[in-house]
Amino acid sequence: MVGLVIVSHSQKLAEGVRDLAAQMAAEVPIAVAGGTGDERIGTDANKIIAGIKEVYSEDGVLIIFDLGSAYLNAEMAIEFLEDEMKEKTEIIDVAFVEGTVMAAVLSSVGKKRQEMKEELKELCVGKMP
Amino acid sequence: MSINGHKVINIMDKIADAMEENKLYLTELDAAIGDGDHGLNMSKGFQAVKEKLKEDEETNIGEILKKTGMTLVSNVGGASGPLYGTAFMKAGMEVNGKEEINIADFERMLKAALDGIKLRGKAERNDKTMIDAIEPALNAVSNAIRQELSPKDVLKAAADAANEGVAFTKEIVARKGRASYLGERSIGHQDPGATSSALIFDIIYKEL
Repeated sequence: MVGLVIVSHSQKLAEGVRDLAAQMAAEVPIAVAGGTGDERIGTDANKIIAGIKEVYSEDGVLIIFDLGSAYLNAEMAIEFLEDEMKEKTEIIDVAFVEGTVMAAVLSSVGKKRQEMKEELKELCVGKMP
Repeated sequence: MSINGHKVINIMDKIADAMEENKLYLTELDAAIGDGDHGLNMSKGFQAVKEKLKEDEETNIGEILKKTGMTLVSNVGGASGPLYGTAFMKAGMEVNGKEEINIADFERMLKAALDGIKLRGKAERNDKTMIDAIEPALNAVSNAIRQELSPKDVLKAAADAANEGVAFTKEIVARKGRASYLGERSIGHQDPGATSSALIFDIIYKEL
């Protein structure tokens, strides 16, 4: 199963969205990376790296982010990964709530990363810089 | 004129002090058009850098800048973490292995930093970001070197151009970052990221 990492400026928001997705697809590995290292609003590349490692498998990982710096830090996190993990980890541009739920469902029914990305295109909101 | 690693660390300390002194100012600028955390983020980030480099005997300037960049990535919550982090790491790669750098190195470092920021943020000049301070500063450095000005005058030209760039950000609409949600309402406000960049150029000029 493709693992998911939810990156949000707010840990509560990330956890809330994970809870929502888990209702639909409890078996999917979902990590959260919310807030800064000192628990303020913001994002943290180190938390994202830890999240990726937590849910990584051969099937790879998709990262869903809320806004702005979450994307920059997710990109940064991927650059710090080892090569194999780097190749199988991608950031996707989707509506935060709907995209996470749909991604979790798609992963739970065994869709591959590429197929998931294709299906999730309909929820793209154009927030990648 | 050339400077060594000890001096580079000293400049990082001074930047940390400047960010601390300007914490409220940067935060006020950011509160007007963004999420109001730029002062705190920059202050926290550079305090962490100061702490990290304290009593560091490292002489390889590339390594010092890499540590600076990594520390900023890990300790700044906003977009400025990955942006400034990338800038310092890219600048460090330009002078890796060097124990002394001169003004020509500075020009190359600045170019690498600016390219890194543009790539990371996918922004260009006139988007109302730190690029509006850094790109004019780089151009000023290149011109001043071509005119064979003294290194001190080159750095003064950089600081002046960066500050003019900051003033110009008041005239334009934000197209990147949280401020872009405000659209036209961002006009009249200066960009906090450009402001913190100009502060860094001011310190480099003053300290050398």
